[in-house]
Amino acid sequence: MASIKTLAKREEERLRFGWGHALCAGCGIPIVVRTVLNSIEEPVVVANATGCLEVATTLFPYTAWNVPWVHTAFENAAATISGVEAAYRVLKKKGKITKDIRFVAFGGDGGTYDIGLQALSGALERGHRFLYVCYDNEAYMNTGIQRSSATPLGAYATTEPPGKASFGKHRHRKDLTQIIIGHHIPYVAQAAISHWQDLSRKVERAIAKDGPSFINVMSTCFRGWRHEAKLTTEIARLAVESRFWPLYEVDEGEWRLNYVPEEPIAVRDWLKLQGRFAHLFQPEEKKEVIAEIQAEVDRQWEELLARCKVVPSA
Amino acid sequence: MATRVRERLRQVLTGHQAVAEAMRQIEPDVVAAYPITPQSEIMHYFAEFVANGKVRTELITVESEHSAMSACIGAAVAGARTMTATASQGLALMIEIVYIASAMRCPIVMAIANRALSGPINIHCDHSDAMLGRDAGVAQLFAEDAQEAYDFMIMAPRIAEHPEVLLPVWVNLDGFTLTHTADVVELLEDELVKEFVGEYKPRYPLLDVDHPTTQGPFALPEYYFELKRQQVDAMASVPRVLLEVQAEFAKLSGREYQGFFEPYHLDDAEYAMVVMGSTAGTAKEAVDRLRERGEKVGLLKLWLFRPFPREEVAAALEGKEAVAILDRAFSLGSFGPLFLEVSSALYEAERRPRLYNYTYGLGGRDTTAKQLEEVFHQIQDERLSKEMHYINLRE
Repeated sequence: MASIKTLAKREEERLRFGWGHALCAGCGIPIVVRTVLNSIEEPVVVANATGCLEVATTLFPYTAWNVPWVHTAFENAAATISGVEAAYRVLKKKGKITKDIRFVAFGGDGGTYDIGLQALSGALERGHRFLYVCYDNEAYMNTGIQRSSATPLGAYATTEPPGKASFGKHRHRKDLTQIIIGHHIPYVAQAAISHWQDLSRKVERAIAKDGPSFINVMSTCFRGWRHEAKLTTEIARLAVESRFWPLYEVDEGEWRLNYVPEEPIAVRDWLKLQGRFAHLFQPEEKKEVIAEIQAEVDRQWEELLARCKVVPSA
Repeated sequence: MATRVRERLRQVLTGHQAVAEAMRQIEPDVVAAYPITPQSEIMHYFAEFVANGKVRTELITVESEHSAMSACIGAAVAGARTMTATASQGLALMIEIVYIASAMRCPIVMAIANRALSGPINIHCDHSDAMLGRDAGVAQLFAEDAQEAYDFMIMAPRIAEHPEVLLPVWVNLDGFTLTHTADVVELLEDELVKEFVGEYKPRYPLLDVDHPTTQGPFALPEYYFELKRQQVDAMASVPRVLLEVQAEFAKLSGREYQGFFEPYHLDDAEYAMVVMGSTAGTAKEAVDRLRERGEKVGLLKLWLFRPFPREEVAAALEGKEAVAILDRAFSLGSFGPLFLEVSSALYEAERRPRLYNYTYGLGGRDTTAKQLEEVFHQIQDERLSKEMHYINLRE
């Protein structure tokens, strides 16, 4: 596993991403991108779904990318990279390319859970060798905090706001990681920006697979989640500590839980730090909604524990 | 010797087979496609070629046409010669990405087995799917028969990949009428085709990791307009490039396609018809019959719909008494797309013919030579309404 020194040295020697991007100070996405790209030794080609990452890094005529990068539309990053990867395979066979190249697609939760799900499923089933990284910030942040199928129960979203007749998002989030696991691809994992070492190790495992791999990374958005920008990684860490976002992987079919919180915090304590859940606490606390969120977190945690062969001690 | 070769390569093929044979001979690096009637068999034949090692193409069997087009862009920007085939709803699903393929200047060759758009759902031919690409920035050719479809497929990569073009090229062939019927098609020898299309040499391949490129960036009001303007120039280069490619193709095949349309008894005609696709064959039959009776009628069979050859079409039709423009698609709320082009092209003409718009053949409705003879007779009457006319429609 690459140490932080190695990652930093790689970034110094071959900056792959970073020049003057326009992502918010306090955004979680560049943490995802830098950790992913610095964890890969080989030359890498990136495809990007439409979203914050794409618009804030490629404002023509500038670019924040020092690796080959392609964007076509919102719902098709996986399909686009599958074309790139197929071209690579055939051109390599014909001797027109000699280098070993790795392929990574980045998409947000909107471009992955929702509009891009079909293209992603298709590309995974076809077995292209690429890593798909979803930076999951639980809503359509680029277009203005609209609800996605990754938005948790009770959260504020501009298209499902709380009001006199509503407590915000009415449905639990979709469990995309489990859907991807159902594709039986070589490697699937859940990670978070707060646990960069875990993410880096997962990227190394994923990129070594001779087939498709997927990592779902929780990436907080302070604008949409309504917390201080300096709390970005802390909020992500507490999502893990509350078991709301377990870190785990399914490697060649083997389920492994990667982290067990020693003293898990109540989900309520995590919710309370974020303005997007403020309406659950005032004017009076909506105890049933909070209890329902906690119950679902507990249920999923137990389900995960039952499936994992490897469980580290707390 | 030459005659014997010609005979060997003269085969009875469906439109599907003719297109698939062209694809086999070109041997693109990547093909991404999704099944849809009446395109499917093109891909069946091509998949057989892949399965039997006759081509080294990577065939991406995507889960939708949207992904087909997206994968095609990925492959094309990566530096691969890329093709696809589709029809109707498949093209409708692709169209978002077709615009992007054009803007990203991807020379993707696309065979379109023309079929009506839903709804109601219908699997038979008309040109409403092709009209989806009217404003998309793709060059569009229409074939009258399987031979033309084959020939256009061979020419298409040369047009698409020309450095001054770099746009998708659509080869339109009428669904069922051409795709599912057999005709005599004269193929070229494999080596000749390979030599003719040459090697694809992209200027800025994404896979050149030593020279990283950012492809498909975000362009705001400061640059968007200029980037779109470049597509105008690219489209404007198509006619000149097409003529060059046609001239080279004529040397190779002996088949002359000098121009953007085939005039059929047009020069001395007083009454003319404009049509695209397989119905041109029916129209020729109508012209022959009327010519036998001494009527001065003629046909303009359009090959190149996009970019629209305004000046050439105007010059060919100027001075005629009347022209019937046959559209196989509606532009609901206006006249047919082809009519609008032809009438606009003739606006500046000094001797402007009377123009009439006929819609025909929607959803595979049959059109006969007899009906087209009637059209030629109707337009001779100066009192004929200038409103839309319909061929073989129950009112």
